[in-house]
Amino acid sequence: MVTWTLVFEQLLNGVQFGVLLFLLAAGLTLIFGIMDLMNLAHGSLYMLGAYIAATVTHWTDSFLIGLVAALPATLVIGIVVEVLVLRALYRRGHLDQVLATFGLILFFNESVRLIWGPAGIQVPLPDFLNGSVDLFGVPYPMYRVTVIVAGLAVAGFLYWLVVKTRLGMLIRAGASNREMVAALGIDIKLVFTLVFGLGAALAGLAGALVGPIRSVGIGMGENVLILTLVVIVIGGIGSIRGAFVGALLIGVIEILGRAFLSTLFELVLPSNAAETAGPAVASMLIYILMAGVLFFRPQGLFPARTG
Amino acid sequence: MRKAAICMVSALALLAAPQAFAAKAEKVKIGFVTTLSGGPGVIGKDMRQSVEIALDHLGGKMAGVPVEVIFEDDQVKPEVGKQKTEKLVHKDKVDFVSGFIWSHVVLAARKTVVDAGKFLIISNAGTSQIAGRLCHENIFSTAWQNDQVPMAMGEVLNKRGVKSLYVVAPNYAAGRDMVNGLSRTFKGKIAGKDMTKWPDQTDFSAELAKARAAKPDGVFIFYPGAHTNAFIRQYSQAGMTRTPLYSVFSIDSLSLPRLQEANTTAVLGTYNTQFWSPDMDTETSRKFVADYKKKFKSYPSHYGAQSYDSIMLIASAVEAAGGDLSKMDAMRDRMRKADFPSVRGKFTYGNNQFPIQDFFLREVVKDADGNWTTKIVQKIYEKHQDPFAEKCKMKKTW
Amino acid sequence: MALLNARNLVVLATFALLALAPAYAAWVETPFYLDLGRRMMILAIGALSLNLIMGFGGMISFGHAVYIGIGAYTVGICAFHEVTSGFVQWPLALAISAAVALVFGVISLRTRGVYFIMITLALAQMTFYLGISLDQYGGDDGLTVYAPSDFAGLIDVDDDLSFYYVVFVLLALCLWFSQRLIRSRFGMVLQGARQNEGRMEAIGVPVFRYKLTAFVIAGTMAGLAGALLANHTDFVNPEMAHWTRSGDLIIMVLLGGMGSIAGPIVGAAAFLLLEELLSGVTEYWQVIFGPFLILVVLYARGGILGFLSRKDGGDG
Repeated sequence: MVTWTLVFEQLLNGVQFGVLLFLLAAGLTLIFGIMDLMNLAHGSLYMLGAYIAATVTHWTDSFLIGLVAALPATLVIGIVVEVLVLRALYRRGHLDQVLATFGLILFFNESVRLIWGPAGIQVPLPDFLNGSVDLFGVPYPMYRVTVIVAGLAVAGFLYWLVVKTRLGMLIRAGASNREMVAALGIDIKLVFTLVFGLGAALAGLAGALVGPIRSVGIGMGENVLILTLVVIVIGGIGSIRGAFVGALLIGVIEILGRAFLSTLFELVLPSNAAETAGPAVASMLIYILMAGVLFFRPQGLFPARTG
Repeated sequence: MRKAAICMVSALALLAAPQAFAAKAEKVKIGFVTTLSGGPGVIGKDMRQSVEIALDHLGGKMAGVPVEVIFEDDQVKPEVGKQKTEKLVHKDKVDFVSGFIWSHVVLAARKTVVDAGKFLIISNAGTSQIAGRLCHENIFSTAWQNDQVPMAMGEVLNKRGVKSLYVVAPNYAAGRDMVNGLSRTFKGKIAGKDMTKWPDQTDFSAELAKARAAKPDGVFIFYPGAHTNAFIRQYSQAGMTRTPLYSVFSIDSLSLPRLQEANTTAVLGTYNTQFWSPDMDTETSRKFVADYKKKFKSYPSHYGAQSYDSIMLIASAVEAAGGDLSKMDAMRDRMRKADFPSVRGKFTYGNNQFPIQDFFLREVVKDADGNWTTKIVQKIYEKHQDPFAEKCKMKKTW
Repeated sequence: MALLNARNLVVLATFALLALAPAYAAWVETPFYLDLGRRMMILAIGALSLNLIMGFGGMISFGHAVYIGIGAYTVGICAFHEVTSGFVQWPLALAISAAVALVFGVISLRTRGVYFIMITLALAQMTFYLGISLDQYGGDDGLTVYAPSDFAGLIDVDDDLSFYYVVFVLLALCLWFSQRLIRSRFGMVLQGARQNEGRMEAIGVPVFRYKLTAFVIAGTMAGLAGALLANHTDFVNPEMAHWTRSGDLIIMVLLGGMGSIAGPIVGAAAFLLLEELLSGVTEYWQVIFGPFLILVVLYARGGILGFLSRKDGGDG
C-alpha cells in the first residue's frame, strides 16, 4: 500500500515539520552557542508567540495582523527576560541556567493560564490559505506550503544576517572573544540582548505559524523544546547550518518513522508484535538517532568551531 | 446556688448533647481529585462547576448535614494524585473521595482510599482494571467503562455499512482500550491503524496522508482534550472532509466551543457515541443543563454530568444512613441500588459497581442560538454492561 | 573546625525531625505526615545519588529519574509475576539499575558539558517511551503492586511505621556511604577530574573508568530509591522516569546545596514542603514557585546549606 506519491507527500510533511523546528532551533542555537546559555524557556516564547498571535487574530479578524503582531511582542518579552533574569546567568554554569530557566517555564505556563484560562485558543485560517495546492499530483494543504516557504525565507535571511552584516560579524566575534569585542568599544551586552530578542522573535514566529495547524495551549512549549534541543545537539551547538540540517533530518525521520515503521516491521515480525513495536520504536526513533550521532560525533554533525 | 444549678445543668447538657446527636456527623466531607492546572484544567473546571450545581440543588446539605467539598489538583501525574489522595484521607479526613479523570491517577490513588475504608466514587476514569480484577465493594463509578463507548460506535459503523475503517488514536493505555473496544464489535475491515505519540504529538500530517491514501469508508478517532481540535482542523485542511469522521470522547461540550471559535465546520454532522448528551430528555438532566447554562453560560460536558451524578450518589448514601457516616453498610446498600436522581435517568449497578446503562449515537449540530452542541440521534445499546464485569469477583446481591 | 556550624545543625535538625515525625503524626492523628516524611526520604536518596555524580563528578545528568523508574518497575514486574520476596526483588532492582547505568554511562560519558546533559535526557526519553509501550505491564497506566515486598517476617514493609524507619535507616546508610566514598581516594580523583580532567589524565588516572564507576554507583542508589518508591506508592508508572522528574531531582540537589554531601536531603525536604505549602495556598502556585527558583539561583548560590555556611566559609 506504499506508493511513491505517498512517500513524496510524507517527505513534504517531514520538511514542513523540519522547517518549523528550524525556526525554533535557529534562535536557540545562537543563544546557546554565542552566549553559552542553556535556555529551557525557549519553548515558553514559542507558546507566548502562539497565544499573542491567536489573541490578535481574534481581535482584528486577520491572521496576518496576528502573525505580524507576534513578532515585536515576543521580541520585547525576550528582551525583558534577558535583561531581568538571564543577563545574570551568562557566567554561571549550565546547571544554574537549567534551574532558572525551568523556573521561567513554570512561571510562564501558569501566567498564561491566569490570563487566558486553561482551555487554549483556536486560530481560524484565512480563506486564501485554506485550500490545497497540487504539487506533482499530490494535493497538499496550502497552509503547510506557506509554512515551508516562510521557513526557508527565514533561513535565507539568517544566513545573510550572520554572514553579511555588521551585526552578524559582531555576533560571530562576540562569541569567539567577548572581552576583545568589548575592548574595541562595542557594547557586547547590547549585542547579546539583540540576539536574544531575535531568537525570541523567531520562536514567537514559529508559535504564531503553528496556531492554525495545531491548537494553542499551555505546555505546547515543553513538547517542542525537547525536540528543538535534540535538533541543535545533533547539528552542533552554535551552528546555524547545523540547526538547519538537524531540523530537516529530525523532521523527515520523525515523519517517515511514524508513517512507515509499522509497515516495515510487518514485513519481518508477526503482525501482533509489529503493531506494538511500530509505534514504540517510532516514538523513540529520534532519541536513538541522537544517541547514535553523539556516540560517533560527540560534538554534533557541524561543530560550531569549524562551521 | 441558682447560678451553680444553671452551671451544672448546662454542663450536663453539654455532656449529653454530643451523645444525643452522636449518630449524626457534623459535616459531610468529600475530597474531589481532578486536574485544575495546565491545559487539561479545562476538564477539571467543568467538573468543579458541575459539583457546584449539584450542591446548589442539594442546598449545600445531605440529610440535613452541611457538605464540604475539598478540590485537589492531580496535575495529570499519578504520583501527585496519590499524594493528594493521601492528604485528603489522612489529613482532611474526608468521608468520600471522588473525581478522577485519568485512569493512571485513579489506579495510583485507589489503594489509599480502599485501605482507609472510605468510599471511592469515580467520576470519569473507566479503566478496565477497576471494572474487572480490581473491583471493590467501596468503589463505585458514575461514568462508564472505557470499552463501552467505542463498542457502541462499532455497532453504529456496522449499521451504517462501513466496510473499511481507518483508525487513529494515541499510543497510551486508554487509546489502546478504545481501539480494542471498537474491534470487539466492528465487523468491517480495519484499513489502517496509527497509534500516535502521546502526549507530545499534535501534528498528524503523516497519519492523515496515510489515511487518505487508504481510501477508507470512514475514519475513527479518539483524542481527549486539546488534541481533538488539532486533529479535526488538520483533517479538514488535508481535504479529508468527504470521508465521514467517527469519534469517541473527542468531541464534547469542551472542545466544540473551541472548534466553533476556529470555524472548523468539518466537525458539524460528525457522529460520536456517549451515554449522555446535553439534550438528554430526563428531568434531572434538563434541570442540570439549564442551571449550568444559566450560571456558567456554556453547556456542561459529560465530565460535568458524571461529577453531578457522583455528588447525587453520595447524597443518596448519606440520606440512607440518616447522616451517620459510620453506617458504611447502609450507605453501600443504598448506592448499589442507584436510587438517586441521575442525569441519565434510571439505571442499575452491575456486580462491579459500574453502571449498566444505555448508550446513544450523537450528532454535532447547531442549537437554536447558533452554538455548536451534540444531539441524540438514536439509542444504540440498552442496559449495556461492560465486558470486564465478569472478571470482577464480587457477586451481585442487590 | 566547628562541628556545630549552621550547616551541620540544619542536617542534624532535618534528621531529628524525620526521626520524630512519626511520633508527631501519631500525636496530631494525621498519618499524612508519615507519608510525606517517607516520600521525602525516598526522594532524598534519589537526590543524594544524583549529587554524587553531579555535585562531585560534574556530570549533569538530566535523566536520573530513569534509574528510580527502573528500580520501581523491577519491584512492580516481580510482584506482577508473583515474585514477592524482597530478598529477590530488591537485589534485582539494584542489579538492573546498575546494568542500565553501565550501558547508559558508556554511551553518554563520551560526551561533555551540554552534550552530556542532552544525551542523558535522550536516553531517559527512550526509556520513558519504552515504559509507555509496555502494554503487558499497563503502559502509561502503570502497574499496581498488589503485594508489598516480603522479607520473611524480618521487616514488615506493609506496616507504615516500620517501613518508615526502614527508609530512615537506609537514608542514613546512603548518607554514610556517600561520605565515605567522597572522602576516599576514589572521591578525590572524581573531584579532581571535575576540576581538571586533562591534568588527571596526564598523571595517568583512567578518568573515564572512575567516572563510569561513579555513574553506576549513583544509578544503583537511585534504583534503591525506586524499589522503595514502588513499595511506598503501591504502584509503578512510566511517569516516574519522565524528564520533569529528573528536573525535580536536580532542583532538590541545587536547593539543598550542590557538592555538600547532605545537601540533597535538606533540598528534598524543602522541595516537598514548598510544593505542599504553596499548592495549598493557590492552584496557581507555580507562578510563585517559578520565580522562587530563579531567586535561589541568582541570590542563594550553594542552596540552603551554602547560604547558611557562607559566614563560616564553607567548602562548597
